[in-house]
Amino acid sequence: MTVERQTMEVDIACVGFGPAMGGFLTTLSRALVDENGQPLLESSVMPGAPLQVLCYERADDISFGVSGIVTRGRSIRATFPDLNPADIPMTAHVGHEKVLYLLDPLGASRRSTGVRALDEVVKILSSPKDYSYELPYIPPFLRKEEGFVLSVGQFTQWVGSQLMASGLVQVWPGMPVSEPLIEGNQVVGIRLADQGTNKDGSPAAGYMPGMDIRAALTVVADGPVGPVGQKLDRHFGFPAGNHQREWAVGMKAVVELPETCTLEPGTVLHTIGYPEPEIFGFLYVYPDRVASLGIFVPSWLDNPVRTSYRYLQHWMTHPAIWPYLEGGTLRSWGAKSLQESGRRGEPFLVGNGYARIGEGSGSTNVLTGSGVDEAWATGVQLAEGVVELLKAGKPFTKENLGDTYLARRRNSWVEQEAKEAEKARDGFQRGVLTGLAGMGLTGLTKGIMNLGAKISRPYERVPSLEEYCREKILPSEIEHLRSESIAKGSSLADAVMDAHGWPQIPLDGKLLVSQQDALLMGGKVQAQPGYADHVVITDPQLCETCNPQLCVEICSGQALTYTEGGGAPQFDREKCIHCGACMWNCTKPLEANGERCNIDFRAGSGGLHSAEN
Amino acid sequence: MNGGFHIVVCGSIVPDPLQTLAPIEGPTGPALKNELMLPAVLDPWAGHALYEAANLAKNVPDSKVWLVSLGPKAKLQQLMMSIAQKVSFELVVLDGPAGGFTDPCEVAAALAGGINGIAGLDRSRLLLFGGCSSASRDAGVTMQMVAEQLGIGDQFLGVDELTIQADGSMKLLERIEGGQYQVSTCTGAPAMLAWATGNLPEPPNNPQIGMMNMRTVMPALQKAQPAPVGAAGVSYLGVELPKQRRETRIVKDLSVDEVAREIVEWLKG
Repeated sequence: MTVERQTMEVDIACVGFGPAMGGFLTTLSRALVDENGQPLLESSVMPGAPLQVLCYERADDISFGVSGIVTRGRSIRATFPDLNPADIPMTAHVGHEKVLYLLDPLGASRRSTGVRALDEVVKILSSPKDYSYELPYIPPFLRKEEGFVLSVGQFTQWVGSQLMASGLVQVWPGMPVSEPLIEGNQVVGIRLADQGTNKDGSPAAGYMPGMDIRAALTVVADGPVGPVGQKLDRHFGFPAGNHQREWAVGMKAVVELPETCTLEPGTVLHTIGYPEPEIFGFLYVYPDRVASLGIFVPSWLDNPVRTSYRYLQHWMTHPAIWPYLEGGTLRSWGAKSLQESGRRGEPFLVGNGYARIGEGSGSTNVLTGSGVDEAWATGVQLAEGVVELLKAGKPFTKENLGDTYLARRRNSWVEQEAKEAEKARDGFQRGVLTGLAGMGLTGLTKGIMNLGAKISRPYERVPSLEEYCREKILPSEIEHLRSESIAKGSSLADAVMDAHGWPQIPLDGKLLVSQQDALLMGGKVQAQPGYADHVVITDPQLCETCNPQLCVEICSGQALTYTEGGGAPQFDREKCIHCGACMWNCTKPLEANGERCNIDFRAGSGGLHSAEN
Repeated sequence: MNGGFHIVVCGSIVPDPLQTLAPIEGPTGPALKNELMLPAVLDPWAGHALYEAANLAKNVPDSKVWLVSLGPKAKLQQLMMSIAQKVSFELVVLDGPAGGFTDPCEVAAALAGGINGIAGLDRSRLLLFGGCSSASRDAGVTMQMVAEQLGIGDQFLGVDELTIQADGSMKLLERIEGGQYQVSTCTGAPAMLAWATGNLPEPPNNPQIGMMNMRTVMPALQKAQPAPVGAAGVSYLGVELPKQRRETRIVKDLSVDEVAREIVEWLKG
């Protein structure tokens, strides 16, 4: 069926409003008019007017970013030299930094022989009462001194408010972009998501086909699981040798700390070792007794029923963490996927009519664990390149964008540090201790020496449930759990964790709450009607033989659930927080040795409604 | 009446209903904890009024819609990025508090002042729209007070439907008790309609409407007049949220009948 779509012409169409787009639009808007408000760069679609720049953001508000971060903030401070953290809620200068190695006080985690040996050494060195050991030295590449702890939600709100007040660019939240418009090998704009549809995308009452926004330049910053970036990747492929196979789901919470908590604002605490050795934890303290905390569950945690919510709760209740939190209140909660391939995950950054910035462009530094600073910097670099081209009257061709944006990026600290970090995490493909050793080696030699490894696709690493459980659960019991899960349509992760000796979490209704209560109390998830579902099973038949279904187990909001009797999982978007973990956790590739799996993560409306992330 | 209607909608922000609200005692009286950090949405009651106004203006040629908003300028600016995509309007901004701890009389005076200042507004064609209540204040009297101050005698409360009849008169359905409607007719403007939910769904986002609105929204925000409304002379004996029960309990393998029985018992309790 041919659909008649409206078309609108602008000069620059932008997708996704996060730190990278903040850097791009802030830098660009400063170059659009002189001190008297007269246009310096004229629109080609609206002669006489300033450049017409539109940005579309999927979330219902520009403040609904999910991340509590610590950043050195070099590029942000370069843009705002007089930045005062007091101007941005939930922001503080980095103060005391420490890294803790956490022992397992429960004996439930899966620890290799090497990790157990390390545990024994640490027990000799550590205070036995809180099962932790503070590393006496934090290598420079991990330190964030002179930086900030901040809430990405509050930061993007602060940046966006200034941009909108300038009136020079427009940022429109609540508008998902479904795909790039590609003609030949030229990107000519974007297509907004259809509205007034049924869940399957078919027209319903009030059907309004998504408008085509045509532009000379399309700036793509829709993050690691954004549909526009994904479709560009499918069309143009990746540069030789590049791929996006390393991921993590970051699950976090914002907590009002108890009055007895003595942690100072700016405190930065990182942990390794628990609840599983592969899981990293963090706690950053904001002003006014508020903290952002959470864990990262990586794609190399080889668990066929890996989950994050229960692990988060076990991490929070570790004896070294819980004393800071006991008596606190959950204020916000969320999760997001992190693209952890770094520079190796770089797509084509420029092409005819388009440029890519931010996390989806492979800017995250996987050695320093830093992404916002780098993302902001790539936005600034693109804006400077765009202004140069506009002033010279040159078109946005691949070559011209390469000479301006790409050249700036390649000659910057972002690139220098990304190259050093490129192989920093390879060791984790062979185990957590090898991974930590590899990171240290890479960091201390500035990337000269590395522990290289073949990087497997996420699904290639997932063992069978029997193999994963072989030390603690009998095959007959596994079979029982599996058949019970299929019959009832229930998750296996809890049952498997129970069988491994993880105790039930003592829910207190304030901070330790059930996962569904976290959605209500801390997540505030909403899905607008009139949009198509954004999580789509490409080939439902492939799911018939899939059990456990890792997409269901990892789902941060329990939006994906088993179907009673088996088959493709059910999707309830009222619970989806758009973390995208289902996409990279799917274990059924669409073709042998392919990079794409059976879950298509598309443009969708709604998600988290919380600015305190 | 010559020409279409001049529809003025009074509507502002309220905290996103998905947020957890906590009243606190601020330096100047009761306030909401972290109010300026909370995401805000258009007051749902006022939203219905705005969408009805836009629909009416679309169907009656030569009509125009103004949105008069009393709220913190910075938060209003953010809100406009969402609602300006939905319907066409011209914005009038009164920069003041919108936390709910304000005296309706002061709010009404500020709104009436803002409406009186609208250039080109034809009072003989004026339809004053607003919510019959507010998600944050719920005084239920503000629109009547605005109407009184503007000298509008025909006032309709809890409106769910407005039909412009062939002779130009208006037929209105107002909610009354017992789930019934009161049917009224009115010869025409000026009139005040305080809307209940209306019958219209939230309009889809339309980028062209957004672009058009932005030409006037940002200048209006820059021209915002301060409106330091408060609650002078009012003393609060106490402020609390409606009681909310949340009892988390994990029970496995409960039968459907048992779950139903527990829910019924809980509701009765």
